[in-house]
Amino acid sequence: MKAPDFAYARPTVLSEVFDLLDGDGDVRLLAGGQSLVPSLNMRLSAPSLLVDINRLPGLSGIEARDGVVRIGALTRHGEIARSALIAERLPLLAMAAPHIAHAAIRNRGTFGGSIALADPAAEWPACCLALGATMVVASRAGERRVAAGDFFTGLFATALRRGEVLVAIEIASPPAGSVAHFSELARRRGDYAIVGLAAQVARAEDGAMDPRLAFFGVGDRPVLAEATRRVIAGGGGIADAQATLGRDLAPTGDAECAGATKLHLARVLLGRAMAALRTRGDA
Amino acid sequence: MSEPALSFLDRPNSYIGRSVPRPNARRLVQGRGAYVDDLRLPRMAHVAFLRSPRAHARIVRIDTAAAKAAPGVVAVVTGEDLAGICKPWVAVLSHFKGLRSPPQHPLAIGWLRWAGEPFCAVVAASRAEAEDAVALIDAELEPLPVAVDMEAALAPGATVIHPELGDNLAFERTLDVGDVDAAFRTAAAVVEQTFHVGRHTGVTLEPRALVAEWNPGEEKLTIHHSFQAPHMMQDIVCKHLGLPEASVRVVCGDVGGSFGIKVHIYPDEMATVALAKLLARPVKFVADRLESFVSDIHARDHRVKGRMAVDAAGAILGIEIDDLTGIGPYSVYPRTSAVEANQVVNLVGGPYRHANYRARARVVFQNKTPMCQYRAVGHPIAVMVTEGLVDLAAAAIGMDPAELRRRNVIADDAHPSTAASGIRFEKLSHQRSLEKLLAMMDYDALRREQAALRARGIHRGIGLAAFIEITNPSAAFYGVGGARISSQDGCTLRLNPQGGVVAAIGVTEQGQGTEAVIAQVVATAVGVPLSDVRVVTGDTDATPYGGGTWACRAAGIGGEAAWQSGKALRRNILEAAAVMLQTNAASLDVRDGSIVDADSGAERMKLSEFGRVAYFRPDTLPAGLAPELVVTRHYVPKDYPFAFTNGVQASYVEVDTDTGFVTLIKHWCVEDCGTVINPQLVDEQIRGGIVQGIGAALFEECRYDGQGQMLNGNMADYLVPMAAEMPDIDVAHVVTPTASSEIGAKGAGEAGTAGAPAAVINAINDALRPLGARVDSQPAGPQAILRALGKV
Repeated sequence: MKAPDFAYARPTVLSEVFDLLDGDGDVRLLAGGQSLVPSLNMRLSAPSLLVDINRLPGLSGIEARDGVVRIGALTRHGEIARSALIAERLPLLAMAAPHIAHAAIRNRGTFGGSIALADPAAEWPACCLALGATMVVASRAGERRVAAGDFFTGLFATALRRGEVLVAIEIASPPAGSVAHFSELARRRGDYAIVGLAAQVARAEDGAMDPRLAFFGVGDRPVLAEATRRVIAGGGGIADAQATLGRDLAPTGDAECAGATKLHLARVLLGRAMAALRTRGDA
Repeated sequence: MSEPALSFLDRPNSYIGRSVPRPNARRLVQGRGAYVDDLRLPRMAHVAFLRSPRAHARIVRIDTAAAKAAPGVVAVVTGEDLAGICKPWVAVLSHFKGLRSPPQHPLAIGWLRWAGEPFCAVVAASRAEAEDAVALIDAELEPLPVAVDMEAALAPGATVIHPELGDNLAFERTLDVGDVDAAFRTAAAVVEQTFHVGRHTGVTLEPRALVAEWNPGEEKLTIHHSFQAPHMMQDIVCKHLGLPEASVRVVCGDVGGSFGIKVHIYPDEMATVALAKLLARPVKFVADRLESFVSDIHARDHRVKGRMAVDAAGAILGIEIDDLTGIGPYSVYPRTSAVEANQVVNLVGGPYRHANYRARARVVFQNKTPMCQYRAVGHPIAVMVTEGLVDLAAAAIGMDPAELRRRNVIADDAHPSTAASGIRFEKLSHQRSLEKLLAMMDYDALRREQAALRARGIHRGIGLAAFIEITNPSAAFYGVGGARISSQDGCTLRLNPQGGVVAAIGVTEQGQGTEAVIAQVVATAVGVPLSDVRVVTGDTDATPYGGGTWACRAAGIGGEAAWQSGKALRRNILEAAAVMLQTNAASLDVRDGSIVDADSGAERMKLSEFGRVAYFRPDTLPAGLAPELVVTRHYVPKDYPFAFTNGVQASYVEVDTDTGFVTLIKHWCVEDCGTVINPQLVDEQIRGGIVQGIGAALFEECRYDGQGQMLNGNMADYLVPMAAEMPDIDVAHVVTPTASSEIGAKGAGEAGTAGAPAAVINAINDALRPLGARVDSQPAGPQAILRALGKV
């Protein structure tokens, strides 16, 4: 469990990163290192060059601007968990943060790193999907923006192209009256979830709900349950919604659970979320 | 004087029964421990192993040329290269009649029999370079059919792992006591169940680690080893490397947990020792997590069919079991892999009066990582089977499970007694322990709460598990079978000039607090402050010969040796002091570092003054007075093969019947380890043991596919129990000292692990019973519970 040899660079400006990414061989960005370093030590990956982006200015921090909250890619999970701005504007993220691994990992691991890795059982990609986040991607050619729904393209696969760096995530504040819900089922606190649900739910005066339901741990990427959303928005009850969820999700099994068990558990989480939202009068 | 002599408990400055701080705790929490991996020796090289990627294969060809040419590489060796340095071993014992196992080499020769078996070694300047070179070894392997499932391994036509043995049966034991058939014929109810206990492993915080150094100048092999039994290792290295005892020193410094994982002979460790001899330079091996999962011994892996017969009043009439266990391709040296199944046969039904017992245990070879003794060997399986059947019997006749236990446990006043399996009990306290537990948990109130919540759709369950535990083993465990494993231990004490005492002892420290307990006994016995005692363990050149740490013996056996040694040292001090003070020894005592008048407690002479005279001015002493200030005493239990302890645990759980998740609400344990020397250490041993038992019940499992590949050999997918999921654990004691020793201490390290799985599984089944569901396979994860409920 010792990493094979690799070259290491620690640039201090983004243009240097682009130069390094243009080089030959397997070049990987090192942010918090909480997934990458174990995979190196277990010799599951053997990049020729690690580009440490921790010294790049301007990639870290949380700020509100132009109606969106902008979270720098290098912002640590722990910073999000402790941010008053996040708690006020994006409570879904505040709810999810404590479920991410353990304190030491939350203090090193980064928001952007988790999203760029795109583990299908991770919390942040699902939250981004539920919140309709926008990924800000930089390259030598400039910046482009990718909607969360287009960003996660498969198992550990994203819309990031060679030469591109995820620099920030922008999330518009949900409309007034919108409420967040987060729940996950993990064998042990801090484990990746067997199944999880990140939801941002718009609610009308009359109590009608329009939920963006992002399930994770159910396939090769987080999944937005659109058919179920329509049933709920149309006034369907819990049983209707649970039945419909089978059209949105086709979970694959893992070592812990068969796919059918995951679908059952996703239905349980959905039912409990709907019951909780209906009895919640705070928003 | 007719008054009885003061016992160790009421000596004036007794440390017995006090939760004093551990002398080594501060050093360890400051990060100043000295573990094997901390060692940096001159010219030290590092070894990495090529391990079999297949569960069963023939080695066709090994090409090491590229690996030998890689940067930093010192040597690349195969099994043949080491065969001349280290003789193979065969793990059988003569008291397990019929047990067989083929010779095993440090590096496999010819055939590979589990995925993870080492067959080539690379020694290089760094571990990373050694790993780089391992990847360059070109090994051509011919895949062979596998025998993985233990039932299938015995079926006709199964792949025979060792063709020379004819089949895959390593050992079988049967027992038939009383008239079992008649008992079942006349029973009011017969219950029957098949229990599965999955494979798991120890996951020590510090992995297995060893640095071996051969010094040709003095022909001395020094082995720094994260290990439980240094003298055993010394003896085995001597035997297999053909070295005299004086040429081998084994040093066990700080050890970061062992749990039975570090008491066995491992091929990779023997290979490291052989490599150090071959290369005449220090070689370090530290198992990484990935190789630990496929090379540390695994434990359990049992399928037990059980039946129990009861009469209408709930009396247990008879028990019958059939145990099948898979041990991987070799019996593990030198303790063998037949012990766990043998223990299951011995221990089933142990807490209860019953006269009719039939048992069969079969031990099977298979292409998986070798299985051997791990904390509470056999106990959790026997307790699960017994206590699972007891709960089923209670349900069958409509009796409260606590009441059925009350009616069947061996009475406290019925000892000494002998169990149906033949094991002998000196004195146990099942009745007092059960009543104490039921009072502690307020059993009746808990049952009422359970019923009230049930009416609201909340499914909680209460599980009980009575148990017995083997501790303080005599030579009956291994010695009689021919294994050179010491059951005796010695303690040497030396009084130093300033009045301090150095204690060298054969039992060892694994992080469990052995050195604290020994220091307490020595301080009490001699009469010095605890801070004046220094304990030395884990060095074959420095301590009396002993067995180390296993089977719950450090306090009970090491503690008694320390006590006897301490008393002898005090006697020697007082005899000399009496001459100096011109009085008689009987009128003096040593208390808190001073020689005092025994009646008044008035100080007559400080020990430091005594030491000054004894060591630096012996010319002032009368001719013929030569104070002997170093003493050694040994102890081994002789009147009973084992000092059995007993206890009972309870678990209170809530089952989420929609998700299958189990919340552990509370856990209780009452146990009787005899004299409690350090209450905090004993309670934490119980709690730690319970957590490991909970791991087995709910979380931990070495999962294999049909080809013998372990699927979850990493810390993300192998679920060790963690703090957030653990319940509060209340521990209490009943104290029944063993009369086999003066201090009366029995072992406490395995009691928690013995009973916890059964308590938790019984609690889950108690919650599920009204829903017509039950689980009998460990670990019981959410999917298993949902399937039992018919929800998925």
